[in-house]
Amino acid sequence: MKFAVIVFPGSNCDIDMYHAVKDELGAEAEYVWHDAESLDEYDGILLPGGFSYGDYLRSGAVARFSNVMKEVIKAAEAGKPILGVCNGFQILLEAGLLPGAMRRNDSLKFICRTVELKVENNETMFSSVYGKGEVIHIPIAHGEGNYYCDEATLETLKANNQIVFTYNETNPNGSLENIAGIVNEKGNVLGMMPHPERAVDELLGGADGLKLFQSIVKQWREAHVVKL
Amino acid sequence: MYKVKVFVTLRESVLDPQGTVVKNSLHSMNYSEVSDVRIGKYMELTVEKSDRPVEEAVKEMCERLLANVVIEDYRFEIEEAVAQ
Repeated sequence: MKFAVIVFPGSNCDIDMYHAVKDELGAEAEYVWHDAESLDEYDGILLPGGFSYGDYLRSGAVARFSNVMKEVIKAAEAGKPILGVCNGFQILLEAGLLPGAMRRNDSLKFICRTVELKVENNETMFSSVYGKGEVIHIPIAHGEGNYYCDEATLETLKANNQIVFTYNETNPNGSLENIAGIVNEKGNVLGMMPHPERAVDELLGGADGLKLFQSIVKQWREAHVVKL
Repeated sequence: MYKVKVFVTLRESVLDPQGTVVKNSLHSMNYSEVSDVRIGKYMELTVEKSDRPVEEAVKEMCERLLANVVIEDYRFEIEEAVAQ
């Protein structure tokens, strides 16, 4: 399975993301610049965190119109797994691939620390290796992670089991219903504020994020490997 | 040529944490008459005349880029400007 790590001007978690899938997961990965014309050769698309285009206007608002995003939308329609972390999540929201929007953290502070997440739905292609209700430790690092959507959207998210991760007990940023990560209705686009790519090695404080990447590969193998 | 002033604010239904902090500061300075503060963005656009009505073009720009209508409201004022 081959991953594309999309690099925008101002991305700064692209190297961590590449390291997670290439070295820790052992999959193929390549950096893909924001003006790329095609993503056809990739099986999974990763939108890393950072401050694309300096977060000008709104986080993700400018990146959403970059050339590669047309291809990301095409890949989403084709059912390929797409993971947006932090700024990547914000870009997916601005692009309309996921519902809702991000507000500034209610504390108005940039928060950088490890938090507890609860796996609310372990039946997605991003979470199947976790147990249902499993509590995991993943770092967050953001100033605008205060998720918002209107009531009707929230009802839809709940009804379709689209809320995959929530902050466990303590809400760090004011996010609606403790939401930390959601998938689209089809289940192949995940956006989350916490950084699983920063939790892939016990030596660096924890490896709870690795199961997320393992889930993607597991689903891909089940779908693509022909049993003899 | 037109000068367009665009104002973007968080929607009424969305809590504005910056506005709340500024309101509390004003209260601590004894401006107790302030009941609400909303912080927003102000943008000035210079738009050349074209075949397309300027109102229609600016509305589209607001919807597509300048505001995120999930959480923000926008309004704009258009003035006809004489080229310098």
